[in-house]
Amino acid sequence: MGLLSSRMSITRYQVTGQLDGSVHETVYQGLKQHAIPKIEDDGAEASVGWTSFETPYAPDFEGYSFVFGTDMVFALRIDKKSIPPKLIQKHYALYVAKRLADTGRHYLSGNEKKSIKDHVVNTLVQRIPATPNVYDLVWKYDTASLWFFSNLKAANEALETLFIKSFNLPLIRLFPYTTADRMAGLSDKERDVLRKLEKNRPEE
Amino acid sequence: MLDIAVAYNRYKFLGNEFLTWLWFMIETDQSSFRQHDPDLVSLTVGNRLVLENTHNNAKETVTIKGDNASLEEGLVALTKGATVTEIHLSYKTGAQTWKFSLKGESLNISNLKLPETGPVETPDDIEGVVLEKVYLIEKLIGLVNNLFSHFIHLRVSDTWQNQTMSKIKKWATSN
Repeated sequence: MGLLSSRMSITRYQVTGQLDGSVHETVYQGLKQHAIPKIEDDGAEASVGWTSFETPYAPDFEGYSFVFGTDMVFALRIDKKSIPPKLIQKHYALYVAKRLADTGRHYLSGNEKKSIKDHVVNTLVQRIPATPNVYDLVWKYDTASLWFFSNLKAANEALETLFIKSFNLPLIRLFPYTTADRMAGLSDKERDVLRKLEKNRPEE
Repeated sequence: MLDIAVAYNRYKFLGNEFLTWLWFMIETDQSSFRQHDPDLVSLTVGNRLVLENTHNNAKETVTIKGDNASLEEGLVALTKGATVTEIHLSYKTGAQTWKFSLKGESLNISNLKLPETGPVETPDDIEGVVLEKVYLIEKLIGLVNNLFSHFIHLRVSDTWQNQTMSKIKKWATSN
């Protein structure tokens, strides 16, 4: 679900700190350096990187194509290989049967079974293509806010990690406490009260 | 500064209280929302409301679904000490309508349907549509931020304990 979808989910962030030098050039360099690889790494189970909003399967940030008006719009792409457990089970069973036939034995040790399973998974990872998932984001640099178009925990964690790595700016997720503390304009006294708040019940 | 994970878990009740207060305000004093958004025509509960009661270490969840569902069961749950953990809302300004869900613990927006925007027929249309959608999202997020900000100022004031809680209780029991 992205910015152009008919239905969308949004997780809100505050971006803390500022970029040095030209904003667009610094962001361009960060995006380019941490873009999703164009050529799939056959051995990797997952790869994470930036991609362009308009051409998510062919990342291209040239000409600051991520700039839309006063905002920056690009996407996080997570390519993941998911091997169905039943496929692992099948290849594992075939491999075990072959090993038993080859050696003339009736059973395999625990270590041998583990080694066969690792081998099967590694072999399948090489053969299976990764499934791409694209999550758009809007970065409003002027107001230090960022909208990420997914509520998925793993995608949000990947965003937070890659963002600080790429731009050296931490993201603060805006949930009730952080929104109250950072966005509501509370005085120091009110903030002290906020920290001491405990759950109340309407009937108490 | 509190650790983020600790802050999330320790204060997620604030988001649930916010949604509970929001439902109460929608039903009793909706006109006051116009101070946060002069364009607002209406803010109504949509087709889903989830309440949770975690009293005495037991968790009870009440989910009300459907376009014209009666919310009476939710009011009963409130009187027993439940709070709203998720609400689906419909926000109208003039000819435009936003539909979306808000989760209490995270304040995440989900299932958001924006007012109609122009079609994307050629690559040249994309920038205009993006800018239009960003404007519409910003308007909604501005409303949610303003409402939450109003709530949190109230929540840290004496008025919450002295007046608001009893008003919510009275509203829940009188319906």
